[in-house]
Amino acid sequence: MIKLDAKIPEGHISEKWMKYKSSMDLVAPNNKRKLEVIVVGTGLAGASASASLAELGYKVKTFTFHDSPRRAHSIAAQGGINAAKNYRNDGDSVHRLFYDTVKGGDYRSREANVHRLAEVSANIIDQCVAQGVPFAREYGGTLDNRSFGGVQVSRTFYARGQTGQQLLIGAYQALSRQVSLGNVEMYNRHEMLDVVKVDGKARGIIARNLLTGELESFAAHCVVIASGGYGNVYYLSTNAMNSNVSAAWRAARRGALMANPCFCQIHPTCIPVSGTYQSKLTLMSESLRNDGRVWVPKKMEDVEAVRSGKLKPIDIAEEDRDYYLERKYPAFGNLVPRDVASRAAKEVCDEGRGVNQSGLAVYLDFYDAILRYGRAEAFSSGLDPEDYATVKKLGTKVIEAKYGNLFEIYEKITGDDPYRTPMRIYPAIHYTMGGLWVDYNLETTVPGLFAIGEANFSDHGANRLGASALMQGLADGYFVLPYTIGTFLSKDIRTPAFSKDLPEFKKTKQEVEDRLNQLLNIKGERSVESFHRELGLILWDYCGMSRNAEGLKKGRELLRALKKEFYSNVFVPGELKEFNPELEKATKVADFFELGELMIVDALDRNESCGGHFREESQTEDNEAKRDDENYAYVAAWQWNDEGDPVLFKEPLVFDNVKLKTRSYK
Amino acid sequence: MKLTLKIWRQKNSQTKGKFEVHKIEATPEMSFLEMLDVLNEEIIEKKGEPFAFEHDCREGICGTCSMVINGQPHGPMALTTTCQLHMRHYKDGDTIVIEPFRANAFPVLKDLVVDRSAFDRIIQAGGFVSVSTGQAPDGNSILIEQDVARDAFDAASCIGCGACVAACPNASAMLFTSAKVSHLSLLPQGQVEGAKRVKKMVAQMDKEGFGNCSNTYACEAECPKGISVENIAKMNREYFSAMVSTSDK
Repeated sequence: MIKLDAKIPEGHISEKWMKYKSSMDLVAPNNKRKLEVIVVGTGLAGASASASLAELGYKVKTFTFHDSPRRAHSIAAQGGINAAKNYRNDGDSVHRLFYDTVKGGDYRSREANVHRLAEVSANIIDQCVAQGVPFAREYGGTLDNRSFGGVQVSRTFYARGQTGQQLLIGAYQALSRQVSLGNVEMYNRHEMLDVVKVDGKARGIIARNLLTGELESFAAHCVVIASGGYGNVYYLSTNAMNSNVSAAWRAARRGALMANPCFCQIHPTCIPVSGTYQSKLTLMSESLRNDGRVWVPKKMEDVEAVRSGKLKPIDIAEEDRDYYLERKYPAFGNLVPRDVASRAAKEVCDEGRGVNQSGLAVYLDFYDAILRYGRAEAFSSGLDPEDYATVKKLGTKVIEAKYGNLFEIYEKITGDDPYRTPMRIYPAIHYTMGGLWVDYNLETTVPGLFAIGEANFSDHGANRLGASALMQGLADGYFVLPYTIGTFLSKDIRTPAFSKDLPEFKKTKQEVEDRLNQLLNIKGERSVESFHRELGLILWDYCGMSRNAEGLKKGRELLRALKKEFYSNVFVPGELKEFNPELEKATKVADFFELGELMIVDALDRNESCGGHFREESQTEDNEAKRDDENYAYVAAWQWNDEGDPVLFKEPLVFDNVKLKTRSYK
Repeated sequence: MKLTLKIWRQKNSQTKGKFEVHKIEATPEMSFLEMLDVLNEEIIEKKGEPFAFEHDCREGICGTCSMVINGQPHGPMALTTTCQLHMRHYKDGDTIVIEPFRANAFPVLKDLVVDRSAFDRIIQAGGFVSVSTGQAPDGNSILIEQDVARDAFDAASCIGCGACVAACPNASAMLFTSAKVSHLSLLPQGQVEGAKRVKKMVAQMDKEGFGNCSNTYACEAECPKGISVENIAKMNREYFSAMVSTSDK
């Protein structure tokens, strides 16, 4: 029986972290040199943690399956990063960021962790600026901000529509510096396939050298999982093609618990699916909702006319358009949180008002914004603000400066020019709030096994606010883990380096090899890809934007049947000991099957609607999500069980500082 | 549309490669990589060995995808990575030749996959600001003119894909290296160690076996992010002034 202890420090919420930091056990510099840390993953969390731990003096080994640490999928984050700097003098504060994040997460996150996140947010911006991250600037040279969904202040720092890229390059450069100083040993093209435990503690990993196919053992005093989220379980998502759950899932199979796996974020503004060969979906940053207005036609005849191409959306009269977010949520309008915006899009498409062939798309329209900015520019440069051509030209320029790269991506993919015609968008799987259960130290239930960034569950509850993923990844890596890892390592200062020749390593390595050979030896008829697609569809249909008990049960049956077929009929070409991308895919899909089932089990257990998790059984009269705080104000931490059903452990969530309210954006 | 693909097949860096010919049926909405996915699925169905190619984000930002398409790195479209190239730019009956990036410093690992780790080592040589976590002053204490921030951003938007090297007759890495030098030397935070940085990065670039600048500007023409050759001029200036300055020898 596992007892979940979140290890939340005593004291007032605003003092917990400060006091804890000043009183926690430290490791002296001479001892840090003797202690080894393995970090798996080089996204924002992994790269920033590797760099910061190495700067402190720990001996770090960092792993990525990419050919370079700079390729991690954090690079694709577009919109920005939140920080409670209050540079805009608009009433922002640490408390407000904390409050917004807890509320935005629909009261399913842990207060103490979120408050700490808000506290360190400002340091992240400072750190990134010092590294040379070229954030957007105002005319006077100060940092610029924009606002993002779900909040009423401007606290999002950005670098055009490529904020993730710039932050990741900053972290990658900090990591590269430590590699050059010999403090980090970097292992590119190495995929972690298991955790090795010695006397119950995580002391190493088994990784496959993806070039040679050899399985290699690596020992350390502790292991940090920073391998990102599991959105690719759905096959189609905004994640990179190679993003996967395997590192985290292997940790779960070695005794870590997986928390709230059914909390997946569906991002409202993605480019809709266009064909059956589609391999991934592309996000259009949420920042677009600052200026874009979301709508569908009011009349069915207009819907049919735009679908068949007989009518252009710009020719639909203002009064025949339904700006449904502005109509339903006047207070937040187009800037409602992601879960609310996604469900609203699904609703209008379910009513049959979707605007593309498949009926699964809504408009995101910049026409008004172009005119608004154009008039302002015309006015300030002494031109005629009533002259349509001038206004349109100037306004287009402003929009281009703000979102140019996003508009380009859109045009490349769809062939449509969003300066002239509204974008067509639809929700898609984007981020996973669930992840490995961690305590306040970011340590899992396996001693010495830590999880940071999207790989853990801790900060976003049931829904993540825009521009908060970058914040959390970097908070964990730069400013939290470097402290909290000491709580474990300070007890290990007399423990000599572990040998990878220990029997535990040999045994685990053999188990991995057997698992891979099993997949290679099935020699069936179907490709890995075809199984992944089908698995994704099952989850999208039964455990996607809207869920009910009957569907979940059916989904689980379908998933199990497909998994059975996978293990008897998959065909994995090639051999173990060579460069073999199909084998890599097969191990990932095998793990997705188990995680997918756990997601369904979790979604079935949680008979309430909260954040990204919408249970049809639990809704208000006007079809809004209905939370059930009395019965479900807990973190669901699951232990996988090969023999039978997963076992649930509950961490009750206590809210001392934020009053539980029905989340309303009306 | 029906297409003929001539694709490079090479077992590993020790063996010689050759072109293989495949026929495929594609649709205009597909991306180029989705077309290759379909080809690989067909090959797997026949129990053959799929072509190895690198890819990840498929939205033009991670820099993982590479390949030379009909002689052009990342194919025919300007400012477009291979993953963002769509089949609507091809027509029925076209023959498409697909091969890996070619450069001594980028050895072929398998089929269309090359080793670009030399780029990491150039960054490790000095492509960073030496600031440790916790040492930073308030973000707004360093004021940066909007235009300067914009120019630094433009240089920093390099995705490290290596198309510049593949495009250059000399397989030079000047555009990649200069983009990083210029990103950091434009900003006050990066100027402090500017002289040391440029010398070390250029030395590493030479050591990796990249050629000299060919002055053909092919790098800029093929760069999917539009990184300007002005960065090379900036780097040369930085480099010469670093070599003559006495403060940093």
